[in-house]
Amino acid sequence: MPTIQVDVVSATESLYSGEANCVFAPASTGELGIYPKHVALLSTLKPGEVRVETEKGVESIYVSGGIVEVQPDVVTIFSDTAIRAHDLDESKALEAKQRAEEAMANSDNGHDVVTTQAALAEAMAQLQMISKMRGKKI
Amino acid sequence: MAAGKEIRTQIASIKSTQKITSAMEMVAASKMKKAQNRMLASRPYSEKISKVIGHLAYAHSEFKHPYMKEGSDLKRVGIIIISSDRGLCGGLNTNLFRSVLKQVADYQAKGVEVEICTIGKKATSFFKNSGLAIKSVLIDLGDTPHFDDLLGTVKVMLDAYDEGEIQQLSVAYNKFENTMTQTPTVTQLVPMVAGEVDGMDHHWDYIYEPDAEEALSALLVRYIEALVYQGLVENIACEQSSRMISMKSATDNAGDMVKDLELVYNKARQAAITQEISEIVSGAAAV
Repeated sequence: MPTIQVDVVSATESLYSGEANCVFAPASTGELGIYPKHVALLSTLKPGEVRVETEKGVESIYVSGGIVEVQPDVVTIFSDTAIRAHDLDESKALEAKQRAEEAMANSDNGHDVVTTQAALAEAMAQLQMISKMRGKKI
Repeated sequence: MAAGKEIRTQIASIKSTQKITSAMEMVAASKMKKAQNRMLASRPYSEKISKVIGHLAYAHSEFKHPYMKEGSDLKRVGIIIISSDRGLCGGLNTNLFRSVLKQVADYQAKGVEVEICTIGKKATSFFKNSGLAIKSVLIDLGDTPHFDDLLGTVKVMLDAYDEGEIQQLSVAYNKFENTMTQTPTVTQLVPMVAGEVDGMDHHWDYIYEPDAEEALSALLVRYIEALVYQGLVENIACEQSSRMISMKSATDNAGDMVKDLELVYNKARQAAITQEISEIVSGAAAV
C-alpha cells in the first residue's frame, strides 16, 4: 500500500512525523481527506482534530488552526500555538506601538540620571550642613 | 601592617565578587541547556515552513502575493533587532548592534531611511538615542518567550510594509553556532528570498482554499513570525552561553587577582616581621 510522509509541527515542537496511509485535516472549507498522490494543495485550517491513519492504528492530534500544505508524497501541517483573531492581533500591535512611543519619549533618560545625581549631591550637602550646625548648637 | 589590612579587605571583596560570578556561571549553564532544547524544538517548524516557501516560489500561481514580489526602489527599510533583556553576557549585544549600525550606515549612504523595531531592553535603550525611528518595542520576554508575544510586534512592521511605508524588512539576531561562537546575523524577511528546490521545474500550481490570497497571507505571515521566533530563541540560547563564558572568565580572572594579591600581602607581612626582628636585635645589641 502506498504511503505518504506526514509531518505535524507547531512553533515549539514537532507533534508527529512519519509515514501514513492517509490523513484527515480540518480545512477551513470542510474536512479534508488526503491519500498518497494527492494533488498539490495549500489550505488554512480551523481548530479541530488531525487524524493520521497508519498501519499501526490511528493517531489523533488536536490543532488550534494553522496551515496544511500537500505535495503528492508529503503532507505538512503547521499547527498554531497562539490564539489568533484579527482584533486580538490588532490590539497587540497597538500595545507594541505604544511601548515604542514610551521608549522614544523617555529618550532623555541620560539627562535624568545627571539631574538626579545633581539633586542628590545638593541634598547631601544640605544634610551635612544641618548636622554640622546641630553639632555646634549642642 | 596598614597596607596589609587594605590588601586583606581587597582580597575579601574580590572573593565575594568571584562567588557571585561563579554562581551566575552555573545558573547560565543550566539555563543554556534549556534554551538550546527550546531552540532545537522550534527548528522543525521553521525548517518545514521554509521548505514550503521554497515550493511556493516554483508554483506558477496567477496571484502574486506582495511579500513575494520584488518591490519598487528602496526608500525606507525596517529592521527588527533582537537583543537580550539583561546584560553581563560579554560582547553579545554590542557585536550585534555594531553590525546593525554598519548596515544602517550603508543604507543611509544610499539615501535609504531606516526604521527599527526592538526586542529586548538592551536594544531599546541602545537605539532610542540613535536617531532612528522606533516603530515597535517588545521587552520583558523572560527566558521562555511565547509565540503570541511576538505577534503584535511583527504585525506593526508587516502593516508598515503592506501600506508601502517600508519596502524591505529584515531581522537582526545572534545566530547560535555552538557554545563558544555566536554570529550576528541580519536576514531579509520580505520581499522573500526563496531557496532552491530540486525537481520542481515543471508547470504546476497549488489548489488554494479558501482562496489564493487568504491561504498565502496566512502562510507567509506565519513564515515571517516563525523566522522571528527562531531568531528570538536562538538569541536566548546565545545570551545564556555567552553569559556562561564571560562569567567563567570573570571567575578565573578574579582567582588570578586573588593569587597576586595574596602574594603581595604575604610579602608585606614578611617584610614587616623581618623589620620588627631586626629592630629588636639591634635594640638588644645597643643594650
